[in-house]
Amino acid sequence: MITIKFIQPDGSEKLVSAMNGRSLMEAAQGAGVVGIVAECGGSAACATCHVVLPQEVFDRLGAPEEHEEDMLDFADAPRQTCSRLSCQVRVTPDMDGIIVRVPTA
Amino acid sequence: MKQIVIIGAGQAGLSCAAKLRADGFEGEITLIGNEKDAPYQRPPLSKAYLLGNLDAERLLLRPLTWYDQHQVDLRTGVAVATIDRAGKAVTLSDGKSLSYDALVLATGAEARPLPEDLLGGRSGVHTIRDRSDIEMMRPELDAAQSVLVIGGGYIGLEMAAVARGLGLGVNVVEAAPALLGRVACRETAAAIAELHEERGVRLHIGQGVTELTGETQVTGARLADGTEISADVVIVGIGAAPRTALAEAAGLDIANGILVDATGRTSDPAIYAAGDCACYRLPDGDLRLESVGNAIDTGEVVAGSILESGAGYTPKPWFWSDQFDLKLQIAGRAQPGDMIVVRISTIGARSHWYYRDGVLAAIDALNSPRAYQVGRKLILDGLTPDPGAIADPHRPIKDIFNETRAALFAR
Repeated sequence: MITIKFIQPDGSEKLVSAMNGRSLMEAAQGAGVVGIVAECGGSAACATCHVVLPQEVFDRLGAPEEHEEDMLDFADAPRQTCSRLSCQVRVTPDMDGIIVRVPTA
Repeated sequence: MKQIVIIGAGQAGLSCAAKLRADGFEGEITLIGNEKDAPYQRPPLSKAYLLGNLDAERLLLRPLTWYDQHQVDLRTGVAVATIDRAGKAVTLSDGKSLSYDALVLATGAEARPLPEDLLGGRSGVHTIRDRSDIEMMRPELDAAQSVLVIGGGYIGLEMAAVARGLGLGVNVVEAAPALLGRVACRETAAAIAELHEERGVRLHIGQGVTELTGETQVTGARLADGTEISADVVIVGIGAAPRTALAEAAGLDIANGILVDATGRTSDPAIYAAGDCACYRLPDGDLRLESVGNAIDTGEVVAGSILESGAGYTPKPWFWSDQFDLKLQIAGRAQPGDMIVVRISTIGARSHWYYRDGVLAAIDALNSPRAYQVGRKLILDGLTPDPGAIADPHRPIKDIFNETRAALFAR
């Protein structure tokens, strides 16, 4: 089991069990992480699953696709260096124990 | 407030239940759904799920354990038979009855069927709304060579794109003079028509179906101009109607849906409505939206109203559709007669900006996420960019966004 700690917009923490190969958004949404609305269900159409990853995880993933880049540029919470749409991030075993932040809009 | 009963275990019903718990409600919540599934996402049904790229479990909005953890009494496969407003109780199809202090109607909408005289009891004709609709259709689609889609709206066009992707011959019939007639401008409709034709979908626009062919199993259709189309499967996407029967039988006020005020309350102060079934009476007119975003928003509005902690409803209409490699994103509410400004970003990427009385009212963005995001934000803030700047592809969208916002603060 891969456990990921989400820091919600109000600063509270939520430990979430994530499945290998699923998206980070699915893990967060299933656990009801505050701030991960995921209206479009993973189509990268709404940017309501915006998260900030740890630098080393962000670097390991490689650059987002152009569509995601563009959505992030105008996300409701201002984009940060390690911002991603969590629906486009696939959970891998090496993510066990990472801390992911949900930014404040 | 001890017992809250929510009728309808879809996106709106779940959103309401989740918000009630998130905001500290500690009483009983019962969530009743007539489908056998726990609340699930519908949009992928006509996309990834139909293609087999997503299994049923991944459609679920919450894992089944969530309901126990949050003490939400989820009852699936059960319908509500009647509402007893005087006794504040509902009777279920399994004979049980439940008392409520507050009742939420989140009954959704149902696909409009073909008129019975056209259908004539033939098999092979499908509407798409529930997961079970896909399950029923899938084996027929697997064996089919060709599909006829009746209705050139979003569901129909998404189904057409998926069927083409499966290698089937696809015809789309739309009785109105353009695709997406009720919701999109000519420019958007034309771009989507071009995309479908490029991919080999045969479009018949402005043509009604006069009859279906085949004795017991559908074999095709005849159109008003005499064209005959053969098809192994017919998919009907001619809109949806709000499910109001239960509310109507209970004597609640009905408009284009179950009528509610800006707090989500019906004509009975103990009963609320949310999602596709609810018609909000707002200062500038009645509004009923069918979308995921609106189901989530109104579910939360109702939760806030029940707990007397909410701020009421501010509509934030937005919508998306995936067809072939087109990602269409829409914000705001278009109306016939709006002035359209076209912005061409790159090849295949364009956006259509709807101005009404000089004010930005809506945007359709085709493979243009930046334009979509900017348009959406400006509409929410009540700001209007200069149409000349929008039409100029050499003006970066970010500059237009910043200038429009700066102009507000300079006022």
